Amino acid sequence: MNRVANGVDELLPLLDQMLVIRAFEKRVVELFDQKLVRGSAHPYIGMEAIAVGICAALGENDYITSTHRGHGHCLARGLEPGRMMAEILGREAGYCRGKGGSMHITAMEHGMLGADGIVGGSHGIAVGAAYGSVLLGQDSVVVCFFGDGAANEGSFHEALNLASVLSAPVIFVCENNQWALSTPTRSTMRVENISDRAVSYAIPGVSVDGNDVLAVREVAAEAVSRARRGEGPTLIEAKSYRMSPHSAFATGETSTPEELAEWSLKDPINRLVDILRASGVEEDRIRKHNENAASLIEAATEFALEASPPPAEQAIHDVYAPADWAREGRLS
Amino acid sequence: MKTREITMAAALNEALHEEMARDESVFMIGEDIGRNGGLFKVSDGLQKRFGAARVVDSPISEAAISGAGVGAALVGCRPVVELQHFDFVTLAMDQIVNHAAKWRYMSGGNVRVPLVIRGPVANGVGLAAQHSQSLESWFVHVPGLVVIMPSNPYDAKGLLKAAIRDDNPVLMMEKRLLYTKSGPVPEEEYIVPIGVADVKRTGSDVTVVGISQGVNLALQAARQLEREGVDLEVIDPRTLKPLDIDTITDSVRKTGRLVVVSEGARAGGFASEVVARVLDTAYDALKAAPVRVTAADTPIPYAAPLERAVLPGLQDVLTAITAVMPNKTKVGSV
Repeated sequence: MNRVANGVDELLPLLDQMLVIRAFEKRVVELFDQKLVRGSAHPYIGMEAIAVGICAALGENDYITSTHRGHGHCLARGLEPGRMMAEILGREAGYCRGKGGSMHITAMEHGMLGADGIVGGSHGIAVGAAYGSVLLGQDSVVVCFFGDGAANEGSFHEALNLASVLSAPVIFVCENNQWALSTPTRSTMRVENISDRAVSYAIPGVSVDGNDVLAVREVAAEAVSRARRGEGPTLIEAKSYRMSPHSAFATGETSTPEELAEWSLKDPINRLVDILRASGVEEDRIRKHNENAASLIEAATEFALEASPPPAEQAIHDVYAPADWAREGRLS
Repeated sequence: MKTREITMAAALNEALHEEMARDESVFMIGEDIGRNGGLFKVSDGLQKRFGAARVVDSPISEAAISGAGVGAALVGCRPVVELQHFDFVTLAMDQIVNHAAKWRYMSGGNVRVPLVIRGPVANGVGLAAQHSQSLESWFVHVPGLVVIMPSNPYDAKGLLKAAIRDDNPVLMMEKRLLYTKSGPVPEEEYIVPIGVADVKRTGSDVTVVGISQGVNLALQAARQLEREGVDLEVIDPRTLKPLDIDTITDSVRKTGRLVVVSEGARAGGFASEVVARVLDTAYDALKAAPVRVTAADTPIPYAAPLERAVLPGLQDVLTAITAVMPNKTKVGSV
């Protein structure tokens, strides 16, 4: 297949998104080190091709669920880096007005049902969102992003089975980055491919090179079409590698230098750049895209740093949705 | 309003029929709720009328169906998830506590989760420790949830309709032995508002706050003590969270005495919460230390004499009344 059949212009937005994610994550770690980010933050560095490739196959009415390592999913889904950064810095201008932070960014206006700090927490939610959208005639597809670690949660198995029997239009995207915090995935499961588990639920399972944005987009497009045709869920395993420590807080090195060296040769951004170069895109143009991403993240960071923290009175709001009984801020 | 006598199961069934007919975004998912109409017939006839897509016989997957309820609620449905026994909620705890309860707050008000999770508390029938628990206090402790426990068919129907229409996650715990008890229910449609207590009997001597079956025990005690000149006021909060503390406070200010009857275990139970709330609002009005009538701090045992010993009964309520008004009562026999 000629991977640039539609011209390089079609590929440049994918490059832009990956560059923005990379720059965003690097900046978040810096801000954490400057003690401006509370708690922790989980960088998506090295895995950018998965979110970008998957989201490139989605339409406006589709939904995603995300994880503790969710900034990449949000950016690929079109959320504004400034409001995301504001949320991560705990500012009122953030997507959750400072109530969620790094692990809980939610933006219904972008079909972003919410990032989830509980490993394996969103499998059922994605199935229900997909099934609910069928009942409501919305023609939406739901992507459930999760990690290799979450594939060992009971919720994974319950949800894949439920999605299968309901023929729910949901795509389970397992981001196998080889590590569950400090534990290598190969020591916690005996199957070679997580996608092999699809057999148990009689749904298609496919493993793809998660550092190849075009390959990811291709399998995603197929799964999306299948879901939209009413043929039910697909399990995609995108094999990649976590090029950063588990989080800004848990920085203990788990990878060996050899492994890191091997995977840095497969860097998803470099691989797309190589394709672009081979198609005649000039260095100058690629440099410009890099500079654009950097300045976009600089502007986002400036916006976030200048935004106000939420007033303390806000803490008691948003516990309940409006209801007759909830007037006057009744909480208990 | 014209009424007829129907059981609590029939009343709940009517609520589901009415709400599903009224609003196409309402759907049900649970184990054996469709073809079988539910283990206790609460969903009888719903699948036949509304189809298998809206009344889903699910795999035995409490975590997945509860999670699916959250997800469907996020995109605009009003799901009703049935737990075949409320004890199985342990398998769904993560979805309820970490997801349903918090999704709106964590999003800064960006989403709403109009979800009902309901099912029976099947104590008193010899199902033993894993099918008989009254776990309401767990959920009252989690900000973001609404908790309902009805004591009769009228309230059960009206509250379930209100729960389905509410934009928040609601847990509804229904005592199984009450499913077959009848009571008057209007023929016309009605709603029982969330967060509003009902004074089931007015009286001047002791305020008895009953939860679910606790209300029925309190009313029995009131009938018995009437002959002895002791006048109980019986309050049914109906909603545990949010609790209508004003109605309870007003009553305690009138009577000066408080007994709380709940079938939950004693330590950290909802009865303790009611007592604590009254200490906040009406400590100065109390003439005696409040008394809690609860299940013992044991798992629920199987054999009938053991289960009777553990669950609160009429005698326990009478003893509690004696404790709060020692000079006036000589009760102690049923």
